[in-house]
Amino acid sequence: MSPAIERLWVAFLDTLLMVGVSSALALALGLPMAVILVVSGRGDLFPSPLLNRVLGWVVNLFRSIPFLILMVALIPFTRWIVGTTYGVWAAIVPLTLAATPFFARIAEVSLREVDKGLTEAAQAMGFHRWHIIWHVLLPEARPGIVSGFTITLVTMINASAMAGAIGAGGLGDLAYRYGYQRFDMQVMVTVIVVLVALVTLLQLCGDRLSRRLNHR
Amino acid sequence: MVSLVIPDARTLPYATASGASHVTIEALSKRYPGQQLDALHNINLDIQRGEIFGIIGRSGAGKSTLIRCLNRLEDPTAGRIVIDGTDISALNARQLVEWRRSTGMIFQHFNLLSAKTVRQNIELPLKVAGVPAAVRARKVDELLALVGLEARQHAWPAQLSGGQKQRVGIARALVHDPELLLCDEATSALDPETTRAILALLKKINQQRHITIVLITHEMDVVHDLCHNVAVIDQGEIIERGPVWQVYSDPQQETTRQLLNPNHQALPESVATRLHARRLHPRARLLVRLRYTGQGAQPDIGALSAQISGEITLIYSAVEWVDHKPTGQLLLLLDSQHEAQSVTTQLAHIADRLEVLGYVTGY
Repeated sequence: MSPAIERLWVAFLDTLLMVGVSSALALALGLPMAVILVVSGRGDLFPSPLLNRVLGWVVNLFRSIPFLILMVALIPFTRWIVGTTYGVWAAIVPLTLAATPFFARIAEVSLREVDKGLTEAAQAMGFHRWHIIWHVLLPEARPGIVSGFTITLVTMINASAMAGAIGAGGLGDLAYRYGYQRFDMQVMVTVIVVLVALVTLLQLCGDRLSRRLNHR
Repeated sequence: MVSLVIPDARTLPYATASGASHVTIEALSKRYPGQQLDALHNINLDIQRGEIFGIIGRSGAGKSTLIRCLNRLEDPTAGRIVIDGTDISALNARQLVEWRRSTGMIFQHFNLLSAKTVRQNIELPLKVAGVPAAVRARKVDELLALVGLEARQHAWPAQLSGGQKQRVGIARALVHDPELLLCDEATSALDPETTRAILALLKKINQQRHITIVLITHEMDVVHDLCHNVAVIDQGEIIERGPVWQVYSDPQQETTRQLLNPNHQALPESVATRLHARRLHPRARLLVRLRYTGQGAQPDIGALSAQISGEITLIYSAVEWVDHKPTGQLLLLLDSQHEAQSVTTQLAHIADRLEVLGYVTGY
């Protein structure tokens, strides 16, 4: 492999790692957050106005900080977690903290769109509240959650490019250092083509899965 | 408290009316937070085991709130609901979940889970109740056969017609062998023919399984075709109740009359104000309603005038053709020589149903 191709391959894998790990964590953390946001509302399954308000406030806080600023502001926290502020794993910390509330809000919308009549029917049939979450809310919202997760993945590819600024590596870093700082148009164009292909492929898979899960 | 236990000779054969009350509602009131008026006010009802009890009212009358109090989807503000000896207003959250398994409910918009197949929809209530898979399979097969959907068991709800969806809803409501079935406008989203099929199914369930059915509706025909007893609700209060034949043949309240006769408003003012139950004047003319429900009768005007001599005045007509069958009604003023009884036999085959509304004086 020529050095240029190898650099591109390593950068590609770094991007996949950053986006993959941060999005997987966002899914694992964001989905429960979305469920809590939905069911803790007044008059809902597990009413808890205080929890609802605090969680909503935290989500809004993280959502309102631009990623570049969030990344810099989190440097001490990142050092505490992964022991360094440099490289792929250091970028995963702010990426996860940006992706989780982002995905939580999108999943929340899908969960809220589940017809109240279904919850009511489940109650009338003697479902416990956690049964309703597991057997009614989550399966019914699944197509929307899958679409939302696709959007999260694409957004994280976008954000991971910015993480290049703290030396995280990845395609964004490659394009910035070679394409911008060394005026290497070839690298720039190659990175753009790879990114477009990656996003297109993800969107296609996400849409297809969402459609397959949707029986409405 | 007024009870409405009046034996109904006409319908006794298919009621297993044991005389024991199944549902007793005492002084039930419900007021939503922030409202000035009660949504339900001092409701007292006694529903017998094995009967089909209809609650009829206009939209906003409180009938939906009332039926939802019966399985505590709504919590009453005051009063008691005793079902099968259990005061359900006293149950805590955990007891309520257990208790609800002994009561089925079906809904106007079916409320089936879109992400589950027909079979899975029916099976799920058993699954969450911890019933073993083999028992579940047997129960689901039995219910699929009861509602006639074996062939569609692996379909998604979105692939079904409205009537089929309600059949799934009914099967799902029966999984725990309930003794009480609540029907919340169960046929209001269905066309007349499908409505008849669903009502027939409910009647069959009532007869075969001896399940008490409480239904709310704004459609007079549903109550007429299915129920033994009826209560009329208006502005949160029960204004009239009794056996269906009695309330229908001799409504005491103006609201009831309007509900039973939705085209009361369609009567021209001059006819409505001169309409009486008895012949007050020798020249009074009989007002009849010919109803077409798609059961075979044709609105044949020629045959009509051949049968009935003298003057016939068309007051109102609304006939629609659904599925190549006429549905709707004609309101006719007949000549003053005709009497209610003779007309009933003369016109029997001209319409699916004939109603004599009364005599109109001076028209």
